[in-house]
Order: sequence, then structure tokens, then C-alpha cells
Amino acid sequence: MTFEYFSIGVGLAVLIFMLPAMWRLTVGPTALDRIVAVNVIGTKTAVLLVIIGVIFGRVEMFVDFALAYALLNFTGSLAAARFLHKTKQPAVEPEKEFPTESSRTES
Amino acid sequence: MIITILSVLLIVAGTVFFLGAAVGLVRFPDFYTRTHAAGKGDTLSSLLVILGYCVYQLKDFESFGESWPILLVILKLLGISIFILITSPTSTHALMDAGWEDKAEPTIQEGHPNHLNDDSGKF
Repeated sequence: MTFEYFSIGVGLAVLIFMLPAMWRLTVGPTALDRIVAVNVIGTKTAVLLVIIGVIFGRVEMFVDFALAYALLNFTGSLAAARFLHKTKQPAVEPEKEFPTESSRTES
Repeated sequence: MIITILSVLLIVAGTVFFLGAAVGLVRFPDFYTRTHAAGKGDTLSSLLVILGYCVYQLKDFESFGESWPILLVILKLLGISIFILITSPTSTHALMDAGWEDKAEPTIQEGHPNHLNDDSGKF
């Protein structure tokens, strides 16, 4: 029974320590800072789901939620990172670093 | 009793590491250092907290025949921790790479060269 109260305290602590990440998500100067904050919050939500399962006494159910949430979080942050990688690339000539098929046939 | 003490120690250590990650995410000056703090602290604290609850599940374990659901929960928790151990550095590296390609501005001490603007840092 004491461990449940301890778990409630740990969950509240994780929730409170998420607030700095939330602040970074709000004021972050670049979009990538916001994505880093979202990544941190998502990973911690998976942890929080395990804690909620322990508090409710239904860990066997909430563990599946946490697993699915971790999978979705990884996919989402990786997709956002690749998207920014593709679209906001600086003005570098693509032929210079990655020779394409057309530029190879021209030269 | 010793299982509870061990799990409490692991969980408290994980919470402390997450406090470090949150402070680093707020106070560090540029994108690279913030990503560094967030990636490392987040990975280690998630691992420690989940492993702490994984150890705590062993409390009701009696025998393989009777308490195999607990064993299943432990296996799933270990799966989550291994998954976070693999994927969190991967996504951190992808974000750092996107910032590098995006030419995110690093905070550089006075009198030191910025290798981001010349080609010496390119590979």
C-alpha cells in the first residue's frame, strides 16, 4: 500500500518535471527545439503509463499501452526530424554532395 | 523487502536524472547542448524508472507454473526498456542531424572559430 503512495509521488514528480519541457515547447527558438521537447514528453508519458498501471493495480493492461505509445512516439519524432531534414535544407547544390543520375550523365 | 528497497532506489535515481534532463533542457544556451541534455537524461531516466517497476513486479513471484502472468509483465517491461534504449538515441541523433543540416547556430566562446560556416567540419 505504501508503494502505491510512493508511485503517486513519483508520477506527480515526473509530471512536474515535464513542465520545463513544456516551457521549452512553448518558447523554443527553432522548430527542432520544440520537437526535442515533444520527444522528451512522449518518452515520459510512456513511463507515466506504467506508473498509472501500478497505481491502479492493472500493470498487465497498461504495459501494452506504454509499449504502443513508445512505438508511436519514436515514429512521430523520427518522421518530424526527417521532414525538417528534407524541407529546410540550406542552399547547397545537391549535385555537389550527392551526384544524381542526370548530373552523372551530363559530366 | 530488499526487492522494494532496490526498486525504490532505481525509481528515485531515474527521477533525479529526469530532473537533470529538464534543467538542462531549460538552461542550456543552444540547440546542440539542449538536445544533448534531453537525449541522455531522458534515456537513462526512462530506463531506470521502468527497470525499477520491473524489479518491483518480482515481489509477487512464487513459481513459474503459478505466476507466469507476472513473468509476462516483466518481459513486456524489459521489452519497453530495451526499445527505449534503442530508439531514444536514434531519434536524438536524427534530430541533431536535422539541426546540423539546418545550420542551427551554436553558442561559441569568444575567440574560438565556428566550424559550422566553413567546410572543415563537413564530411
